[in-house]
Amino acid sequence: MADILSNGGRDLLLGNEAITRGLIEAGVRFASTYPGTPSSEIGNNLEKISQEAGMYFEFSVNEKVAFETAAAAASSGVRSIVFMKHVGLNVAADPMMTLAYSGVRGAMLILTADDPSLHSSQNEQDNRIYSKLALLPMMEPSTPAEAKDMVAEACRISEELELPLIFRTTTRVNHARGIVEFGEPAEASAKGHFEKDTARFVNIPAFAKRNRLKLLDLNRKATELSEISPLNFIEGEGDTGIITSGVSYTYVKELIKDVQVLKLGFTNPLPERKIADFIRGKSRIIIVEELEPFLEDQVLRICAQNELSVPVFGKRTGHLPMEWEYSPDVIARLKDLVRMDAPPVPLRPVEMKLPGRPPTLCAGCPHRGIFAATKKAMGKRDAVYCSDIGCYTLGVQPPFAMADFIICMGGGVGAAGGFAQATDQKPVAFIGDSTFFHSGIPPLISAKFNDHKLVMVIVDNRTTAMTGHQPNPGTGRDFGGITTEALDIEAVVRGIGVDFLATVNPYDVKAASKVMKEAIDTDGVAVVISKMACPLELKKQRALVIRETHVDQSRCIKCYTCLKTIACPALVKKGDEVHVDAVQCIGCGMCANVCPKDAIEVRQ
Amino acid sequence: MRYTIQIVGVGGQGVLLASMVLGSAAMKAGYKVAMSEVHGMAQRGGSVLCTLRFGEEAVSPLEYSGGADLLMGFEPVETCRNISLANRDTRILMNLDPVYPSMVAAGFEEYPDVDEMVSAVRGRTENLVTIDATSIAVEAGKAVAANAVMIGAVAAAKGFPLSKDLLKEMLAENVPPKFTDLNMKAFDMGYDYMSKQRN
Repeated sequence: MADILSNGGRDLLLGNEAITRGLIEAGVRFASTYPGTPSSEIGNNLEKISQEAGMYFEFSVNEKVAFETAAAAASSGVRSIVFMKHVGLNVAADPMMTLAYSGVRGAMLILTADDPSLHSSQNEQDNRIYSKLALLPMMEPSTPAEAKDMVAEACRISEELELPLIFRTTTRVNHARGIVEFGEPAEASAKGHFEKDTARFVNIPAFAKRNRLKLLDLNRKATELSEISPLNFIEGEGDTGIITSGVSYTYVKELIKDVQVLKLGFTNPLPERKIADFIRGKSRIIIVEELEPFLEDQVLRICAQNELSVPVFGKRTGHLPMEWEYSPDVIARLKDLVRMDAPPVPLRPVEMKLPGRPPTLCAGCPHRGIFAATKKAMGKRDAVYCSDIGCYTLGVQPPFAMADFIICMGGGVGAAGGFAQATDQKPVAFIGDSTFFHSGIPPLISAKFNDHKLVMVIVDNRTTAMTGHQPNPGTGRDFGGITTEALDIEAVVRGIGVDFLATVNPYDVKAASKVMKEAIDTDGVAVVISKMACPLELKKQRALVIRETHVDQSRCIKCYTCLKTIACPALVKKGDEVHVDAVQCIGCGMCANVCPKDAIEVRQ
Repeated sequence: MRYTIQIVGVGGQGVLLASMVLGSAAMKAGYKVAMSEVHGMAQRGGSVLCTLRFGEEAVSPLEYSGGADLLMGFEPVETCRNISLANRDTRILMNLDPVYPSMVAAGFEEYPDVDEMVSAVRGRTENLVTIDATSIAVEAGKAVAANAVMIGAVAAAKGFPLSKDLLKEMLAENVPPKFTDLNMKAFDMGYDYMSKQRN
């Protein structure tokens, strides 16, 4: 990891490292998040350095809580940031829509990390649209270096308007790497004072009406700030004009020649006069932006209002796509409109059938055990497996096929309740420990309240694994000078008063299967906690005890039960024999547990 | 000058480390650097691709298909899968040591014949150098140094714009001190191997 607290110089930083450095240089003193790719590394960095940087940082239980804590800090005059992946802002949208009415006193940045092309997400939503919905100012960096510098400018604008500001990044900014020059860290206090102002901070209808008008006024003021912002600048000369923002700007800059470019960094509200002046006299305009025609539709409106009859090319004309992230290959579709070098001729693809390499559950992953146990316990019964967001989503793959319905964080349990009432199929909802705390508790309570006959399996691997092993309420906190006890999931569930509750060790697949059968047969709400630490997390803590495993070929009857039920990547088939890959195997014993002939031996 | 390296492989093979070493060296050499990495879900045993671009005006983190000057393939299937990142003039370095996908390991899918994969690539370009980086690394002391072998080999590739000494220095900065000697040795062996190839 780069030395983000370095006194000066320059370094090759990941976008998320650059943003973290930007927080230090901007005097941000309060940060909160719920981890989500592609924003996660900001939190991982802050977990390590926030205390030394004099900043308070927390992993909140979900994005809504993260948003509310940061909103309070900013309302007390402390510069703050809340950051999350794009779908996280859906969870935090409720407080955002009304905080816009109250506004803030210290700067508040709402960082949303969008994921065009869905590299690690369930949808491709364009969160720029939230800035119009909430009437909040928005900025979009194009590179790691610009992202770092933009943090301070975003704080300045947020404070000038006394409004939270949406700082919108995408995967190719968060996970791009570039050279970043370090500036001076800012001096700031981590403590503010909340000056009460009921008419502003208590949005009962009478006050909210006034605040709505105030917000519309501020939106007009923000337009003026956007007009003069150095983040919206013009480059180059040409008869053709290109209007662009975000990472798309880097493709335009490198690939397209003889055009004039209006690069927008302050993208809500748009600098309407600047855009009209830019368009006036051009022979054509091209809009280059990923996902929704956010700029394009506004530019068309600006053209109409200013009686500019210049052709505008982009998504609406079919020249550029709405779907997936842009790349030089996508930009090449503009070759008939602009001057660019001929693209290289790629080697033709290899025709051989190549095995796929999708992401997969790790060797010794305890999720394999609970999936195998559930499958055995369910037998031929007609079940609907609801899953959730985490590593266990990968249970969708064969041989498990343990995901029939996934929508969002915490969504599986709510859906299981619906399946319980609307079908005669048995719903089973898998949910991770961190996701349980995030949004799994209200649907469980709702299931009990409404007597949904379902099974909820909490796959508790003692960490927030998929996003890079962040702590969660189930692990307790031990960083930034704050230590808290782990919350007991079983005690939480018991408090709700479900009809069946048990904790199992997923490595003992046979025993877990018996318990799962009882849960499935329960006429009510059943909860099974499958508790075993993620081996990757144990490895990180240097607490993983590896046991040697080998297959006794003389006892093996080649039934392949181990391969078919656990399907661990450490089990390798050579000819008709099953062998154990000693490099990958951790000696969890799941394969030995399911072997009908005790042919697999795990040495203690 | 503008130079693009595409690095392909499997999570855990050291693709990210290799890209950091090469990127740091490019920065030290005074170039602008733009890189793109894969993080998150794909790292769970999935295919990994890193794009590294440097030069006087490099700003885009992605490259055209076929736009690579150098394709570093850490794994044969991944090299084949990503062959269209290269054009006829692209230098291709292809490690021959397979990493079996889980469905292959479990016997549900076939892993293609490595020689056949090499001929498929050779049938498309004259600029292929194959390397058994893992064997060389074992000879140097430990299999984990295979990525240092790959970086050393790249340093000797025809037309490669960054100096051997600079790459070595950056490699030393990016590995734990107790593995410095191993990595330096592996780097040199990779460099010597490549120097002996017609490339």
